[in-house]
Amino acid sequence: MNTSMYQSKAFKAYLCGFFLSLLLTLFAWFIVWRHVSSGHVVYSHLFIRISIVACAVIQMLIQFVFFLHLGREKKPRWNLHVLLAAIGVIIILVLGSIWIMDNLNYNMMNITPSQADSAF
Amino acid sequence: MTKISMLQNEIQKETETSLLGFWIYMMTDCIVFASLFAVFIVLRNNTAGGKAGSDLFSLSFILTETIILLTSSFTSGLALLAAQRSHLKQTVIWLCTTGLLGTSFLILELHEFTKLDHSGNSWRGSAFLSSYFTLVGTHGLHITIGLLWLFATLGYLYKKGLNEVSVRRITMFSIFWHFLDIVWIFIFSVVYLLGVI
Repeated sequence: MNTSMYQSKAFKAYLCGFFLSLLLTLFAWFIVWRHVSSGHVVYSHLFIRISIVACAVIQMLIQFVFFLHLGREKKPRWNLHVLLAAIGVIIILVLGSIWIMDNLNYNMMNITPSQADSAF
Repeated sequence: MTKISMLQNEIQKETETSLLGFWIYMMTDCIVFASLFAVFIVLRNNTAGGKAGSDLFSLSFILTETIILLTSSFTSGLALLAAQRSHLKQTVIWLCTTGLLGTSFLILELHEFTKLDHSGNSWRGSAFLSSYFTLVGTHGLHITIGLLWLFATLGYLYKKGLNEVSVRRITMFSIFWHFLDIVWIFIFSVVYLLGVI
């Protein structure tokens, strides 16, 4: 009770997580802003896409560690197990949808809507 | 073991169980968002001849929204920290800050939605707009529910003060709020940043 919460380790963890998140947000935003305001010439599209997604994933991990205190719970760590299972489902769901639908788009590219209709 | 310590043990166990249950609910909620993300990513180019994300979104507006929500996630963590240390006044201050920031985020989002609607880009416009409104709107709905929950918690604090139950409620709320911010990071990155390039 006597020690102030603003000097505790937990507070410093929150502060650290907040600043790192802010930095990553501003970094991703700045790259896109610079790219757009220069008329889409500064960076390659692939570079921008990879850095945006990387910033988001790193920021997610930072918030898991510093805000949600993952990895510091008592064993058997049910929280972590459930989270990993959910992340597995999410990756299959999102990447699987992108994969299938992109293939579908690619294979249907040369077919007009009327041809597609008559195929059924 | 005395009767009081047995009771405390019981409460501790109950808290642990309900926190794990809430955590599992949060995971299923993340899967709901993941499926909405998958729908949005698949439909993002299907604008039906209408406007695309790069014509509609304003970068500075999005940054403002993101920073407000990130800050509110931080302050909800501080509220939990104060509650765990039984500082009632600090808890209330940080919860109110979180509520204020959350409300301003919601107002900004509603402002954006009505602006889109008035400029003829409603959710009926195209598959892209439908999936955009569903994804961002579901997040906004969660924020609204979170805010109602926050005000209910403040009412409970006003009536009963800090006890095991209110600390548990604030813990759950802060988990919920942190997750909404994590979902927003992906909306910010996938919908807005990847949408304008």
